[in-house]
Amino acid sequence: MILPLRLEAVAFRDIIQPLSLEIEAGTSTIILGANGAGKSVLMRLMHGLLAPTQGRIVWNADHPGLRQAMVFQRPVMLRRSALANVVYALKIARVENAARLALDALKEVGLAHLAHRPARVLSGGEQQRLALARAWALHPEVLFLDEPTASLDPSATREVETIIRAFDASGTKIVMATHNLGQARRLGDEVLFIHQGRLVERAPVDRFFRQPASAEAAAFIKGELPWV
Amino acid sequence: MLSDAFPAALGLIAALESSLVEIVVLSLAVSLSAVLIATLLGLPLGAALAVGRFPGRHALIVLLNALMGLPPVVVGLVVYLMLSRAGPLGELGLLFTPPAMVIAQTVLIVPIIAALCRQAVEDAWQEYEEQLRSLGARGIGAALTVLWDIRFSLLTAVLAGLGRASAEVGAVMIVGGNIDGVTRVMTTTIALETSKGDLPLALGLGIVLIGIVLALNAAAFLVKEAAQRRYG
Repeated sequence: MILPLRLEAVAFRDIIQPLSLEIEAGTSTIILGANGAGKSVLMRLMHGLLAPTQGRIVWNADHPGLRQAMVFQRPVMLRRSALANVVYALKIARVENAARLALDALKEVGLAHLAHRPARVLSGGEQQRLALARAWALHPEVLFLDEPTASLDPSATREVETIIRAFDASGTKIVMATHNLGQARRLGDEVLFIHQGRLVERAPVDRFFRQPASAEAAAFIKGELPWV
Repeated sequence: MLSDAFPAALGLIAALESSLVEIVVLSLAVSLSAVLIATLLGLPLGAALAVGRFPGRHALIVLLNALMGLPPVVVGLVVYLMLSRAGPLGELGLLFTPPAMVIAQTVLIVPIIAALCRQAVEDAWQEYEEQLRSLGARGIGAALTVLWDIRFSLLTAVLAGLGRASAEVGAVMIVGGNIDGVTRVMTTTIALETSKGDLPLALGLGIVLIGIVLALNAAAFLVKEAAQRRYG
């Protein structure tokens, strides 16, 4: 187990103000906030792509590396087949049976029939599902998702959300950044509300939307209505 | 004048006139050797400049971009001084031989290949870096992944080098000496024959030169198109 993940007075330049929190296994966590609030930077700090300028990030294991994965807003695919993209990720992790596991991961996201298509000619929604398969192939304990549906149309968004729900159901800890309130309600158990680089509020989803404790969160919820 | 020279030039080409063929073959041998060596030097240099972070990197990039426009005669002169009897490499006795011409053209096009490679790698790196780090790819492994992924763009860089090498006169003229049957290539022959008034040979070589450059670029275009369709 690499969870819980502890952030101890973590800050990043002037984008993230010193914040401390603990991410536990089980519940799925939504990082909610407006554009520019610091959601993406916070996720990158947790995932390890950025080093905090202050404070410490402590996993419950020495090498959390491949036990946690991340899916970005815009998937970056290599110029090779869909299957080969997943195999590439597995090979880096020195996994045996990479081809078989990769195909399983593609089946999981409903892309097995496109396995031999070049990844870059797939549609945006298919590429994002491929990115999910690539992150999922290693069955990480924690999956970070940075606004995974921000550039997708409604039907592709639904497909991606279905996959995320399936990952959640299989026991992977979901940590997802979004500014989409409807999505936060559909997929989240708890909300971390970020405003101007500060963690303003942390609450179960229901309570957060019914009764936000902070003025900022209340304003954000009001401003974002109607639900999408 | 053109009306007389043009048919005569086509006649030389059609007959595969031996002096013409010899010149074309030497030209290709020199330029292709230079491109091969310059590619082996230029690609790693460009990739290192794109990905590495070290003091003086920006100055090096500016220098490299400036060297893309290096005048061939100046390259010729510098290589001449290096290879001449009194020069530091004079003992090798390379001056006025094809290897000297290969050296001069290599010096001329390493900056072109390296600078174009750096640009291509840097653009790709910006797109890929986070994703590759997230997947756990690091260092040389990540760099090779990116290079392989943009291999068709790198082909364009190499062809730009080949175009430059096969078209320049100044450098090969100075270090090769334009010796008949030994170091005479297409461009130097065109310059010489034109000044002597033998227009058919000059024009014939000109047509061959343009044909080669056109064919190379068409091939590169087709390869890139096919790759684009195939890999996206």
